[in-house]
Amino acid sequence: MTEAMIACKGVHKYYGDYHALRGIDLTIRAGEFFSLLGPSGCGKTTLLRTIAGFEDISQGVVLIDGRDMGDVPANKRPTNMVFQSYAIFPHLTVAQNVAFGLRRDPRSKADKAAAVEEALTMVGLKGYGARSAHALSGGQRQRVALARALILKPKVLLLDEPLSALDRKMREQMQVELIKLQRQVGITFVLVTHDQEEALVMSDRIAVMFEGEIAQLDGPEALYARPATRRVADFIGVMNFLPARILSESASTVTVEVAGLGQVELPERQISRADPDDDGPMIGFRPETMTLLGPGATHSQPRETDATIDEVVYYGDMTYYDLRLDGAEALDGKARPVRISMRNVFGRDVQEVGTRTRLAWSPGSLVLFR
Amino acid sequence: MNRSGRGLQAYAVIYLLFLYAPIILLPLFAFNSGTIIAFPLQGFSTEWFQEMWANATLRRALTNSLTIAVSASVLATCFGIFAARASTRFTFPGKGGMMGFIMLPMVLPEIIVAMSLLVVLLGMGVQLSLLTVIAGHTLICMPYAIAVLSTAFSSLDRSLEEAAYDLGETKWSAFRLITLPLVMPGIISALLISFTISLDEFIIAFFLAGNEPTLPTYIFSQLRFPRAIPVIMALGTVLVLISIVLLAIGEYFRRRGNARIGGSPTGGLL
Repeated sequence: MTEAMIACKGVHKYYGDYHALRGIDLTIRAGEFFSLLGPSGCGKTTLLRTIAGFEDISQGVVLIDGRDMGDVPANKRPTNMVFQSYAIFPHLTVAQNVAFGLRRDPRSKADKAAAVEEALTMVGLKGYGARSAHALSGGQRQRVALARALILKPKVLLLDEPLSALDRKMREQMQVELIKLQRQVGITFVLVTHDQEEALVMSDRIAVMFEGEIAQLDGPEALYARPATRRVADFIGVMNFLPARILSESASTVTVEVAGLGQVELPERQISRADPDDDGPMIGFRPETMTLLGPGATHSQPRETDATIDEVVYYGDMTYYDLRLDGAEALDGKARPVRISMRNVFGRDVQEVGTRTRLAWSPGSLVLFR
Repeated sequence: MNRSGRGLQAYAVIYLLFLYAPIILLPLFAFNSGTIIAFPLQGFSTEWFQEMWANATLRRALTNSLTIAVSASVLATCFGIFAARASTRFTFPGKGGMMGFIMLPMVLPEIIVAMSLLVVLLGMGVQLSLLTVIAGHTLICMPYAIAVLSTAFSSLDRSLEEAAYDLGETKWSAFRLITLPLVMPGIISALLISFTISLDEFIIAFFLAGNEPTLPTYIFSQLRFPRAIPVIMALGTVLVLISIVLLAIGEYFRRRGNARIGGSPTGGLL
């Protein structure tokens, strides 16, 4: 499980003057579901295509299963790709599409047909072989693309935004199916996506990329709870930011004054990096880490803050409250609304706009970006 | 329907009459037994068709024209495939200028192309023959073939070829197995349009054919003799029929190709 299937060492890619990949160092373990996550233009697709062999690298090394891929072309690499557009051959049937990669396979016709049927069964398209490929729905095309790639039993399956063309319901269903499929076949999956939720749901580990560099490589939980930089925190999920002023530092803790929250002392593990364009230190916290208290409610959290409700957004299972913390303008004079989410439970009323209210929270849920 | 609607309708009818009435006259006089092209019609006869078939020069002109048209359309389409693929798939220095110069003969007056070709060929001491006409026709057919083929190539998802390559094919076999069948409707259209352009081209054929007749130059030479005109009418009838059959075949293959891939019609003539 811990052996390296893919290793990128100091990979750079230039398109003319444009520096698309800026020194990627990355190890993807065998049997892992790995995601490359980032906004469009961050280089994630370029990196995937580099691993596939569609793009030459300007500098560095890509190893797959310990072998240098430097002069191995895409058609000889132990990788197969599921394209964003699925790239289903429209003039062939489903079975011909799936069997396409077996053309140079010395097995008998009957053996190949059995392999095709097995691959189609695996993706839930048993009996679809004779259909013509252009008549399929988006979800079915995706399954054909998966079967077509997996029938070759590659060491690595590369998926380039495979779910972005599907509607929400279909996408959520396919996410679960892909996880199951990956567990079943045990092949290393490398997924490219710009959808942070998708990455969190599906991956064992995620590399977050900005501007051709990996900003953080971690498991979904670590990424969500302990973002390494302010930008990663902003990109993944919702995070509230409040300006902070550093009061004192000791060897293992930092004490800060936070606009609206008062003084807090934070241990080293709650401290991450700010970004170059940030104005100064900032405190971040997730919407679900603070509790909105009803009138007269008690709580066991160490801290409490007064606030006014600016906006209420009701989602059925959840309600989002946009709040103004008392004293939030203290540091720089700007009003900074924060967003708190509350799970709606039976018997608890949704509070109204304009209500004075209280927030219960713990310093343990804060992250300092400096 | 209101007044202006009727006006437009009349305009459309007159327009179509102007376009097609002369063509309808062709078979009418071709089967007319009279030697003079005038109404009233004299009587039914296939005499002109027999005379046409018996005419050795005309047969030679027809064979020449077909040879030229088939060669030029195949050459123009093959070169067109290279150019269209290169221009839709790759970026390279000087691409815009290069494509511009390749497409230029489309808007250049043909007489200029024909004259300059003649001067160059004579200067180089090349014997005028069918080959020189084929070269000239390939030159003027190419822009049309490229225009049709570029549409076909650019409407093709480029990850299709990559997928085939990724699945173990070579670059060439990926092209042959995936791209070629998918742009086939465009190829057929390009062949057809080049064939038609070459078949009725007069100026280049007149300048570069030497002593060899082609259909248009032959027809032009016969117009001086009133006696020959009914035969020309018969020939015209045959040519119209061949054109219709060719177009129908081309359109049939194009539609079948499109139906097979379920795509929207691209790169077609109609």
